[in-house]
Amino acid sequence: MQSAVSKFHLNNGLVVLLKEIHTSPIISHWIWYRVGSRNERLGLTGISHWVEHMQFKGTSLFPSNVLDKAIAREGGIWNAFTYIDWTTYFETMPADRIDLALRLESDRLINSLFDPEEVESERTVIISERQGNENEPLFKLSEAMQAEAFKVHPYHHEVIGGMTDLLSIQRDDLYQHYRGYYIPNNAVLAIAGDFETPIMQEKIIELYDHLPAGLQPDLDISPEPPQPSERQVVVHGPGETTYLQVAHRVPSASHPDFYPLMVLDSLLTGPSNLNMFGGGISNKTSHLYRVLVEAELAIGVQGGLHASIDPFLHTITIIVHPERESEEVIQALKDEIQRLQDNQLQFEELNRAVKQARALFAYGSESITNQAFWLGYSEMFATYDWFLNYLDKLAGVTPEDVQRMAQKYFIPNNRTVGVYIPNGSEG
Amino acid sequence: MIDDTNMNFLLNRQWSNSSSNRFSSRFSTNSYPGADDITRVELPNGIVILTRPNFDSHSITLSGYLEVGGLIDPEKKLGLADFTAFALMRGTKRRDFHEIFNVLESAGASLGFTGSTHTTGFGGKALAEDLDLLLESLADPLRYPIFPDEQVEKLRSQLLTSLAIRAQDTHQMAAMAFDQIVYKDHPYSRPEDGYPETIMAISKDDLVEFHRMNYGPRGMVITVVGAVEPSEVVGKISHYFGDWENSQQPIMPALPELEPLNKKVVQSVNLVGKSQSDVMLGVAGPSRCSPDYLAASLGNNILGQFGMMGRIGDIVREQAGLAYYASSSLQGGVGPGPWRISAGVAPVNVDTVIALISQELFRFINEPVTAEELADSQANYIGRLPLSLESNGGVAGALLTLERYNLGLDYYRNYQNLLMEITREDVLGAAQHYLHPDRLGIAVAGPQ
Repeated sequence: MQSAVSKFHLNNGLVVLLKEIHTSPIISHWIWYRVGSRNERLGLTGISHWVEHMQFKGTSLFPSNVLDKAIAREGGIWNAFTYIDWTTYFETMPADRIDLALRLESDRLINSLFDPEEVESERTVIISERQGNENEPLFKLSEAMQAEAFKVHPYHHEVIGGMTDLLSIQRDDLYQHYRGYYIPNNAVLAIAGDFETPIMQEKIIELYDHLPAGLQPDLDISPEPPQPSERQVVVHGPGETTYLQVAHRVPSASHPDFYPLMVLDSLLTGPSNLNMFGGGISNKTSHLYRVLVEAELAIGVQGGLHASIDPFLHTITIIVHPERESEEVIQALKDEIQRLQDNQLQFEELNRAVKQARALFAYGSESITNQAFWLGYSEMFATYDWFLNYLDKLAGVTPEDVQRMAQKYFIPNNRTVGVYIPNGSEG
Repeated sequence: MIDDTNMNFLLNRQWSNSSSNRFSSRFSTNSYPGADDITRVELPNGIVILTRPNFDSHSITLSGYLEVGGLIDPEKKLGLADFTAFALMRGTKRRDFHEIFNVLESAGASLGFTGSTHTTGFGGKALAEDLDLLLESLADPLRYPIFPDEQVEKLRSQLLTSLAIRAQDTHQMAAMAFDQIVYKDHPYSRPEDGYPETIMAISKDDLVEFHRMNYGPRGMVITVVGAVEPSEVVGKISHYFGDWENSQQPIMPALPELEPLNKKVVQSVNLVGKSQSDVMLGVAGPSRCSPDYLAASLGNNILGQFGMMGRIGDIVREQAGLAYYASSSLQGGVGPGPWRISAGVAPVNVDTVIALISQELFRFINEPVTAEELADSQANYIGRLPLSLESNGGVAGALLTLERYNLGLDYYRNYQNLLMEITREDVLGAAQHYLHPDRLGIAVAGPQ
């Protein structure tokens, strides 16, 4: 069922990946830009996400309020996501209507208006989005954790940006950011679905090849220096529930250690689901579920590894049992990490992690939208070969590799511990 | 943005991916599920099996429900049906909690149960090679649960914590307040997950008794969609469930009549320390089986869904910039599910947003939607069907809908005709029948 992928470059530097899938009359079109909160400086935090919002505010050809209706009228879905490393826009359309997505995305790559009135209207919408996030204890804790774990690197701040910056960013800041990063040679176009490759290639050349290349953005991103010791952060807020996060600095997705780390993550807290569409599985037999939840120290535990460009975080999130103290939970977690550092696993556990990954890939491949997602997503931090080789790489991981990962990365001077302490019923 | 802060893993509720799209001229409506490619079999004990193969995938999706839900929860033990559903996998006569999940997770499979007002639902996924594993994992907890004391207490702590989290969630608290206003003295006013004091009042014996009395094959529906032949599905389900009987299984009581609101009622929930308020306003809407359901649904799409959240999104988000989300929803379901409008807004803007939404409601019930709006929504509904049926989970959900609401196996093939028959007057009639701006329930949860 694995169909071939065509990959080519246009003259302006745009990278294109095409994958024919003829199981359903659908085409999913994704365009990816290498810009996210990683590319923001203090004072302009949240600007990449705001630009993403402005991309829905129209061009001369596709005015605001016309785009969304046009997509919906054709029976399509569309959305956009801004992440630490990238921003992406997708449309999944009936196969015979995909022309709209091609024309729309090639147009707004260069012709978005950034009308000043729309900028101001969107300012309050984004502030509202941030305020909605602030209602969540885990948003507050995660924001504080990132700020503590990264002192120099722009992963320091949340994608949505700080409130001060959201109040001060101006239209020209946004437009400059847009023009700086939305250029064909900083983008990847990924399309999967029910089409013939030569015909699709012809359409892409017609719509995208004339767009001018730009100057590659000048990336001056300081690497995060080594951390001398374990860091801690405390956040207070309303409620009666204590949350914990324990984050360890881990390498980028393109680093060879990423694969054994995925296996370690799977063993610790259940497999991370890297799919954007397609369900995950439970983690009730994972190591940390057994030592924390089964032992009634915690109510729930979850972990996750992110496929990022620069070294980021493996984060474990825990809801503390109401009758337990967060210190007990942290100690039990550290004890389990110590066990993984001291003892080698059985091959049986590794085989299990590989089968879990295989199942997650099978669930994700039911969706053409998810298959198109992977074409572009993998290109953001590696190449599509990363995705194709993923299961084989996992299968090659040994017990020694996993033990080495625990010893190398899950150590105090790579760790940040955060606690959300509830104020209790008085708020 | 990608957000990894969702802690919905607490109770491992199943989630699915539902999206939508339009049919293509290259694929006829015959590619939709229909009587000629859905296998529907009723076992002698009453279990209905629905299955449709999909050999384009490597996996299978299992979903379904039993005809038992929170509707029969005693007032002082609200949440009993939900608690029972979650406790099923905590241990059986043959396997303990760890063994149950070890079998599933070692295969990369998933399975979970959840309670709702009318039914107890289940859903799972596995690689196609593991159909037996998945069905056995379903049958064992359904038929032979033992509700071990230690596991019941662990689960109780988890349920109580989820209620503590609910108490701090502006959206959920607004929804609860809304239900209490609109469904006063009706079962729909009651939260399916109960209250802390009712969860505390439920004993292990209550769970055992609730299961013994109410779980049974009559009314149970199982769907399997994926890389498996229908004959194999029917044979295996017969093997695992064919001899299941419960002579005591009761008929679920009918829903009482709902007394509609006779005036506007407002209720506020004060949540100190929050940054944003959630606003919900609306009424009890049509059931999924009501003759005007599709007209109301198309109308709702125009009101608060189409494009960037319809007319409501346009006026509240796009024009006024007052909310990140502002939309309407129509639940349908067995009974008069809610038809409501929701928005997340800064506390200072709550009254302004309610006034803007009220204006839109007034227009919606006094003027027919435009011909263009109706045509757009009809095209949207017809067009998004293929995408909703793309995954095994999407098809399984569609098959359950056919069975639950007795729509007929060819419903999706006739769907376009059903939609195109609806007129602007039908939409206006449905709007006027259900929505009365002077008799709305309005709930606000947030800082005051």
